[in-house]
Amino acid sequence: MSQQAVNGVPCRGKVLTVDNMNPNVKRVEYAVRGPIVQRAVQIEKELREGVKKPFTEVIKANIGDAHAMGQKPITFLRQVLALCSYPELLEDNKFPEDAKKRAQRILGACGGHSIGAYSASQGIECVRQDVARYIEKRDGGIPSNPDNIYLSTGASDAIVTMLKLLVCGEGRDRTGVMISIPQYPLYSAALADLGAVQISYYLDEEKCWSLDVAELRRALNAARQHCNPRVLCIINPGNPTGQVQSRQCIEDVIRFAKEEHLFLMADEVYQDNVYAEGCKFHSFKKVLFEMGPEYSSTVEMASFHSTSKCYMGECGFRGGYMEVINMDPEVKTQLTKLVSVRLCPPVPGQALLDLVVNPPQPDEPSYITFMKERTAVLSALAEKARLTEQTFNAVPGITCNPVQGAMYTFPRITLPEKAIDKAKEEGKVPDMYYCMRLLEEEGICLVPGSGFGQREGTFHFRMTILPPTEKLKVVLQKIRDFHVRFTQEFS
Amino acid sequence: MHYCCFLNKRKTNTLKNCGFWSKVLIHIHQNVRSIKQLEYAVLARRANQIQKELSQGVRKPYKELIDVCWGDPHSMDVKPLTFVRQVLAACVYPELMSSHKLPLDVRQRAQWLLGRCDGGSVGSYLAPTGIPEIVQRMSESIRSRDGGVPCNPDNIFISPGSQWSLTNIIQVLVNNEAPLRTGILTPVPCHVTTIMSIKSLGAAVIPYFLSEEHGWALQVEELQRALESAKGGCNPVALYVINPGNPAGYVQSRKSIQEVIQFASEKRLFLLADEVYQDCVYGKNSEFVSYKRVLAEMGPPFSDTVELASFHSVSKGFMGECGLRGGYVELVNLDPNVVKYIFNLICKDSTTPVLAHFAMDLMMNPPRPGDPSYPLYNQVRNNMLVQNVKTAHEVVNSLPGFSCQPVEGGAFVFPRVFLPPRAIQKAKEEGMQPDTFYCMRLLEEMGVLVSPGCEYGQKEGTYHIRFCIMASQDIIDQVLKRLTTFHTKFMKDFS
Repeated sequence: MSQQAVNGVPCRGKVLTVDNMNPNVKRVEYAVRGPIVQRAVQIEKELREGVKKPFTEVIKANIGDAHAMGQKPITFLRQVLALCSYPELLEDNKFPEDAKKRAQRILGACGGHSIGAYSASQGIECVRQDVARYIEKRDGGIPSNPDNIYLSTGASDAIVTMLKLLVCGEGRDRTGVMISIPQYPLYSAALADLGAVQISYYLDEEKCWSLDVAELRRALNAARQHCNPRVLCIINPGNPTGQVQSRQCIEDVIRFAKEEHLFLMADEVYQDNVYAEGCKFHSFKKVLFEMGPEYSSTVEMASFHSTSKCYMGECGFRGGYMEVINMDPEVKTQLTKLVSVRLCPPVPGQALLDLVVNPPQPDEPSYITFMKERTAVLSALAEKARLTEQTFNAVPGITCNPVQGAMYTFPRITLPEKAIDKAKEEGKVPDMYYCMRLLEEEGICLVPGSGFGQREGTFHFRMTILPPTEKLKVVLQKIRDFHVRFTQEFS
Repeated sequence: MHYCCFLNKRKTNTLKNCGFWSKVLIHIHQNVRSIKQLEYAVLARRANQIQKELSQGVRKPYKELIDVCWGDPHSMDVKPLTFVRQVLAACVYPELMSSHKLPLDVRQRAQWLLGRCDGGSVGSYLAPTGIPEIVQRMSESIRSRDGGVPCNPDNIFISPGSQWSLTNIIQVLVNNEAPLRTGILTPVPCHVTTIMSIKSLGAAVIPYFLSEEHGWALQVEELQRALESAKGGCNPVALYVINPGNPAGYVQSRKSIQEVIQFASEKRLFLLADEVYQDCVYGKNSEFVSYKRVLAEMGPPFSDTVELASFHSVSKGFMGECGLRGGYVELVNLDPNVVKYIFNLICKDSTTPVLAHFAMDLMMNPPRPGDPSYPLYNQVRNNMLVQNVKTAHEVVNSLPGFSCQPVEGGAFVFPRVFLPPRAIQKAKEEGMQPDTFYCMRLLEEMGVLVSPGCEYGQKEGTYHIRFCIMASQDIIDQVLKRLTTFHTKFMKDFS
């Protein structure tokens, strides 16, 4: 109990203190919005107040937020959502017929024809049906049951829900969850929050961040000494690394999961973001079923998708879903119960998801514009991916794997010994020191690799490839110049 | 639901070797398992069946089902506020702003809101603590509500709904590494989601009974008794109150709130004040006063020591925008070091939809007199609900076998139903709780879906039903008509 004097009068200790609060919550860190972002926000405030700096704006290349970086929303999606928000607009002839039809269908499935009514906790039924049909089409006809679809508040919500269901046991029997290094820090934060044991497996930087089953096995066997491994998480396409797993690799992972009796969690939110020649998105579910009934009827899996990435970039709507495969029926009942505690996912997000899985068809009025906008976004991203890799690889001291997919680059930076020492002096991890300096000197906000995990003695940063091409060129140039200066300063 | 004992690795391998494939995901955490299956689930299943039968043309004494179980105004034909929906539509599709079909104040508000978004789009992520200018306005609105009691925007944390916020705060309070389980004092009756949240986090519910005979008053002696009963069994850390109430429609007096605050202070309990129905007050002599305001007006030592979290949302009140998923918590007197961790937790969890955050601004800064949208906005507010409450209360109380405390606020009517012993017996035979049996019969015979008191907790041997009055007048009239017919017959049949 802390006793602090306030104005000379001793006050009683707080009821809720850092000593008696939930210890797991204290272990939660989330690098993407961590201290460097807080400093970036502070700097923005200073700029607004007229403080002079070597730059006029902070470029927040730390978070995968497409619209914040100037990407335009897809017209069709916003038209339908506007119609859903204010149905009087259905009388307005400025809206195309296909948009109106979609809106009417969605509203018809809402209580009182309003997106302000609660939906079923699992999500609006006709949306789940549309999602199932989309999955079937994507996966070459492999059946998808709408009852196995759970709509959620973004994919993160579904991921956390699934982990809540999976994590149990005490001491040596505590659930262990395998996650890649580097990883998207939502996973490590959620595992800390739930008190689960994190089992890290390293992606191979030399081989374009590919996943190696031998490494999975090594990590798993070591982990069996102190926990009960039950889950294997894969992010494909990868975040922060951008690698797109080959079909063979996915098969190997599935085989491994079966052998080792692991629940597979396949985070596939970047499934439309594939750029590199020769790379293709293969859904875990499709590969699973193509491996035959020995696998498809036994391996337990959850796949996740969202409306925040791909070509939509609609992070602010919080739309997403998960599909569960081969889940024990009684467990499914528990899952259904668990999601009801949050009442329901945001209905506008559910409506948006419905449009994403049910886009304009070739015979519909909005098709041409829709495809034009979609293609523009994805091809711009592909171009920026290529540009980024090229630029960084030309800088001595920066090596960058090809950005095969997703929205980020995760280059490796060589830091001089003296810089590492300086960082230690300041009580900072070396790549955090590097990124902080970059922020202060150039107004560019990146996330240090230490926030995602990396091999001991290596340093990285994650940068998004989202700024508009011209701005991205400037950002890349500034980072290049900074890196050269920084290296010289500490030579 | 019972689960077999924990499948350890050896056992799993043995089973595998026998060619029997056991699932990976079988053993679930006790916390998840402890969430009770709702009584509503049973009723809903039957309701779905009846709906199918109706659509297949099966003859019934009614043409359609009426579900008044949930506090979901739009699904019960309460119309969304025009101003709100016009602003949201313009934010979603800014092309609308160049149209003069939308009133000026709508266009100006939409422009202001969009201007606060990164990239000028509702599709960008919200900062975890929301848009500073909006939160600033929210804090000013709270200050105004509380007669000038200061409100620090840094202590406001937005979320996808008040239950989400409540779960986060409870999560921080629950210490599963402590020798005794964390306990939270919770009212009886209490709405279901709060109980589920508490249990799903591994905390214990310490029930305290509201006094039905005294208009569901919260009595300190009862809080004391509840606290005593928890000794040795769990570690009580918090006291959850909901004002105005749910399911019971009380509105706490200032005096009552003071007593609760004093109790919390004395017993060193963290106060969780769920105030989502603060805009739903009907009683002529009732007034909503926030816990924060009463706390401040009590002065030191209470005002700067009692730790309080107040919750609000866009789901209730005049807006009724349940589907948008927007809410917030305001923290008062918390240890700043703890608040840092709460901030971290929220960063990871950052999931408030932009439209919901906008709805918070629209709720707390509605059109003012002189604004083009004001007349329509003002006309729609309130009147209908007051009438519904009056009618429902009168009708229910006029039926022998029903007794309903005054409904001063909230969204529900929670009358006590005096079930005849023969009905109770029949319920037992059918393996149902007596009030669930009553609700099932009401559903079958009259096509009205209400929820049983056992869902919320009640004194042993008493039975209640709950139904929502935030609905169109037509729906309420229908419900009352059908309920009257049913109840009269039911009481006669089982007398």
